[in-house]
Amino acid sequence: MKLGRRTFLKVAGASGTAALVSLPSPSQARGRVPVAGEEERSVLVDTTLCVGCRGCEAACAEANKLPDPPNDDQAFAAMRTTGPECFTVVNRTEKGDGSDRFVKRQCMHCVEPACASACPVRALDKQATGPVAYDGSKCMGCRYCMVACPFSVPKYEYAKALPVVRKCTFCAERQAAGKLPACVSVCPSGALTYGQRGRLVEEARRRVFGNPDKYTPHIYGEHEAGGTNWMYITDVSFEKLGFEVAVNDNSYPKLVKGALGVPPVVMTLWPPLLMGLWAFSHRDGKGNGNGHDKGGNHG
Amino acid sequence: MASVAAAPARNGSWVQERIFLGMTFREYLKSLWTPFNLVSAAILAVGLPILVYRFAFGLGATTNLSQTQPWGLWIGFDMMTGIALAAGGFTIGATVEIFGLDEYHPIERPAILTGFLGYMLAVIGLIADLGKPWNMVGIFSNNGTQSVLFEVAWCVACYTTVLFLEFSVPLFEWLGWERFYRPLKKALLGLTVLSVMFSTMHQSALGSLFIIAPGKLHPLWYSSQIFLFFFISAVIAGICMVIVESTLSHKIFSEQFEGQHVDVDKLTLGLAKAGAVVMFAYFFLKLQGVIDNHALGLIGVGFYGKWWLVEMLGFVLLPSLMFAWGARNRKVTLVRVAAIIGVLGIVVNRLNVSLVAYNYNQSVRYWPSWMEIAVSLALVVAGILAFRWIVNRMPVLRPMKGHAVQRAGGTP
Repeated sequence: MKLGRRTFLKVAGASGTAALVSLPSPSQARGRVPVAGEEERSVLVDTTLCVGCRGCEAACAEANKLPDPPNDDQAFAAMRTTGPECFTVVNRTEKGDGSDRFVKRQCMHCVEPACASACPVRALDKQATGPVAYDGSKCMGCRYCMVACPFSVPKYEYAKALPVVRKCTFCAERQAAGKLPACVSVCPSGALTYGQRGRLVEEARRRVFGNPDKYTPHIYGEHEAGGTNWMYITDVSFEKLGFEVAVNDNSYPKLVKGALGVPPVVMTLWPPLLMGLWAFSHRDGKGNGNGHDKGGNHG
Repeated sequence: MASVAAAPARNGSWVQERIFLGMTFREYLKSLWTPFNLVSAAILAVGLPILVYRFAFGLGATTNLSQTQPWGLWIGFDMMTGIALAAGGFTIGATVEIFGLDEYHPIERPAILTGFLGYMLAVIGLIADLGKPWNMVGIFSNNGTQSVLFEVAWCVACYTTVLFLEFSVPLFEWLGWERFYRPLKKALLGLTVLSVMFSTMHQSALGSLFIIAPGKLHPLWYSSQIFLFFFISAVIAGICMVIVESTLSHKIFSEQFEGQHVDVDKLTLGLAKAGAVVMFAYFFLKLQGVIDNHALGLIGVGFYGKWWLVEMLGFVLLPSLMFAWGARNRKVTLVRVAAIIGVLGIVVNRLNVSLVAYNYNQSVRYWPSWMEIAVSLALVVAGILAFRWIVNRMPVLRPMKGHAVQRAGGTP
């Protein structure tokens, strides 16, 4: 087969279109320095200090204009999860020596959030200061963030005709205005410590390793899901507190890096490869590839 | 467009010829009165109003979706399965246009039509499932490039456009718009290259969607190479669907093949040969994926271990061997049965990944509501009706016969 002008243009056109489509490359990873998220605003939760007053729940509801949380101890009857109208919950578990342990749960605000990486319209996006923020006006409601989140944090307003995703905002607006997150601002027992992530990791290590008889030797959130901005230390097992202990230690967005490397390869390789196959299969004048007129009017 | 008016003018109006198959309007309405049409109408009458209901009252009122189960039947079946089963368009397109196997030419147009309709219905199912579907435009402007779903959305949008352009060849031929259909026919090679490219990407990416959820998908189905499995099984789906669909077409629309010398049996055996090889390779690749995931010990253990064996032995290895045996010994019926098993196998696999083995460790499991099932069923029926409507009018199964549209007895 002769590579005529028209054929060449066809090949070139198909490859060129592919090259255009391939911008921007989906494999751009969020560039990070070795100690990821060191500067980000974070919270260290020391569950040994939490008294279970649930003042954080009330403050959260007020700051986010949510319904009041239940105000009797029935709230501790069963492990609760967050919901579309409830961004944080405090759960109770028994320590074994008759005393209780409480744990506040909310969005973990991952350093490299799976939900934000999964969002195809970037309604969820990681802010440089720490919060994983959400813009409902961009959200198309695919709920892939809910599939992606290893902590099952994003919740959806199934009951509404115009639904949005709901979760803890880390009071991004309050933080931007120089205020503490609502929950941290009301905590009376010192269970919640707010600060730079790097400093809080140091503080957590100081407490855990300075008192190894008391603390469980693990800082939940230091490595989980590649590191989170909310970190926990405790003196019971994290499983007992209801934590997802099977969560990977590496960043979730990185899991799909290999798969996202496929499109650029396909887009650059396939068109020339397929055109080569076409040229090969039509090399002895079996047809010109434009039409198959011998087979009738079909084309 | 002079030809539009001139061609059909000899025998009744253009509308009567091309839309009512040469019958008067009254005759046409009468011919619609068949048991099949009545059942179809009933299914549509239930399913379509639910779509309206869903947008008025929300997903909670319509579906059994929950905070732990964000994706249900509309994603698992309409989207995941529908897109896989519509893979025949690019599979046969590549066979004919690129690999130059011209003998498969007679089944190219029906395969492309099946693909086009499959994608349209998947997109409708998706729109029903999205909370605020109009915000889909953000896909094209917000650069969510870290998301696998971003890739899926772009490719599905592009490939549906390519499928429409491919389908528009018979469409414009039917409309008599020669000025449009001739250049499109010439562009078919380029369109086929694009169709293979986009299909490779999104068929595989539909699997990649789950790579980010390792804790939620059962280890026998989870794999960091799941995109390979999804792509290869999409090729299997394409081959099996083309066998099933061409068999049914040649039974149901037999009058359209008068005067055409198409040896469907021979094509079926050829496809079976290809199917046997691809399925056999797929079986061992999947096994390798399980080993890679350190999940070999889970095979045969508990419900999921047994169910995995049913899928892999019953719906992959068995039809693969049936294809091989049938192709070798020229047993066309056996091949057709194997193709049906193969199609079911794809349905089983996609539902397993997206629904059955997803959330395997949750205590409360998802089961679709009757309204979800009714909508999915209505979309399938709508696809079958659209396919029939089109092949009875447009040159899909047969060449365009100018004005001499024959009366199709009772199956418009």
